[in-house]
Amino acid sequence: MDDLAQFLAMGGYAAYVWPAFGTTFLVVIGLAVASWRRLKSAEARLALLEHSRPARRARPRTAA
Amino acid sequence: MMLTRLANPTRFMRLADRLLPWLAAATVLAFAAGLVWGLGFAPPDYQQGDTVRIMFVHVPAAWLAMFGYSFMAVASFVALVWKHPLADVAAKAAAPLGAGFCLIALITGSLWGEPMWGTWWVWDARLTSMLVLFFLYVGYIALWSAIDEPERAARAAAILALVGAVNVPIVKFSVDWWSTLHQPASVIRMDGPTIDASILWPLAINALAFQLYFVTVLLWRMKAELIGRRIRALTLGIAAREA
Amino acid sequence: MNAFLAVLRRDLRLAFAQGGSVGLVVGFFVIAATLFPLASGPERAELARVAPAVIWIGALLATLLSLDRMFQADLEDGSLDLLLAGGAPSSLVVLAKCLAHWLSTGLPLVIVSPLLSLLLGLDGAGTIMLGKTLLLGTPTLSLIGAVGAGLTVGVRRAGILIAVLVLPLYVPVLIFGAGAVDLAMLGLDTGPSLALLGAVLLVSLPVGTLGAAAALRLAAL
Repeated sequence: MDDLAQFLAMGGYAAYVWPAFGTTFLVVIGLAVASWRRLKSAEARLALLEHSRPARRARPRTAA
Repeated sequence: MMLTRLANPTRFMRLADRLLPWLAAATVLAFAAGLVWGLGFAPPDYQQGDTVRIMFVHVPAAWLAMFGYSFMAVASFVALVWKHPLADVAAKAAAPLGAGFCLIALITGSLWGEPMWGTWWVWDARLTSMLVLFFLYVGYIALWSAIDEPERAARAAAILALVGAVNVPIVKFSVDWWSTLHQPASVIRMDGPTIDASILWPLAINALAFQLYFVTVLLWRMKAELIGRRIRALTLGIAAREA
Repeated sequence: MNAFLAVLRRDLRLAFAQGGSVGLVVGFFVIAATLFPLASGPERAELARVAPAVIWIGALLATLLSLDRMFQADLEDGSLDLLLAGGAPSSLVVLAKCLAHWLSTGLPLVIVSPLLSLLLGLDGAGTIMLGKTLLLGTPTLSLIGAVGAGLTVGVRRAGILIAVLVLPLYVPVLIFGAGAVDLAMLGLDTGPSLALLGAVLLVSLPVGTLGAAAALRLAAL
């Protein structure tokens, strides 16, 4: 158990090492999630738009 | 040439969709390996103790911040000179990533500097240049959002990125010259005299992880941008037809 | 060549005739510099040590203030398209505009700078070097600023945007300019920093004119 504590202590510099890694992965994950969500919402909006617009080649559909 | 073959957005989208699962998996694996090796197995530095582990995120982030800006400059050059339709999408997608890495480099740099130099911010030449680079990123992103029409925004941002790219070496030189003029008491050099293998390997793994991450999220953002432009074209089309 | 002179004369007349923009810029420069002792206290020694920075930053901000008017007025009254459509290459037009901007902004700052160095307690050597560095540095501010102005012509709230775009690019001029004045006051050799300031100007000439010309072609799109 104590080697975990010793590991977390980071040789007494825990107050610097963990925030450094913390902010890094906060930014990394935050940016990834934001970009992923942006992509998914764009795809959804595109699907919605394409669905409601009569496709040029399909035979003209009656008003949906 | 590969570039022109990729010019067609739908072919790019298909290629991206094929690559992305592998890229995402490789990124997660590389991050895991880099973290475990860097935090767990790499030896503490005889001088800096365990704070040297911050190097495993600080240095790759600084590299990626600089890589991001040169990527934007090259993409902007290709966009302006050869009117490559995907180049400005790539440049726009890369900007927030580069800015994010710049921020990480600054924060981890000051967290690393505190135990060594006793203050959260030291006007060290590299940190100062990184700060100016961050302002260049902010300016680039602000220009994109200030101009509504994507065509004009893309060209304007490309010009800014190129003018910025010409100035970055000059800014870097002037900041180095400035730091020698007002020599701050930088006691311990950031990356130490020599990096032996036990530190070099985890650093390389982390750098690879950051690079894979950059490409993965870049492709996501590019796809989102392309779809966004398609939506804009469609909505304009519909509006025009209804008018 | 006469197109160059025509644009130059026109802009100078506009800047000086209005009587407004030149006086405003110089007024801002002097007021900004005098605010400083009010904030930090009148001790001459301490003031002198920071005076180069204050005056140089004042010059930077004064130039910034007048940048968004550089092309904006021409866009509004349509003369921008005439200028670009005219025979002369657009970079020549931009060069004329930059020169006009410098003559109506940079030069007045150089002329007024001895007054400020008196106010802020700069010694003789510092005052002379301040004048030299401003003379050599302010054209670069106009040239790089022209790119910012060109990129944001017709954009809403262009003033703030130009500042964000252009200030990071002003860092070398600020460092070499203010640095040279510091060196002069310490009696050290200022040759290298003046040479570097000149080098930055030489780089900014093509970059500024071509960049701004490309940006203006966008606006006329």
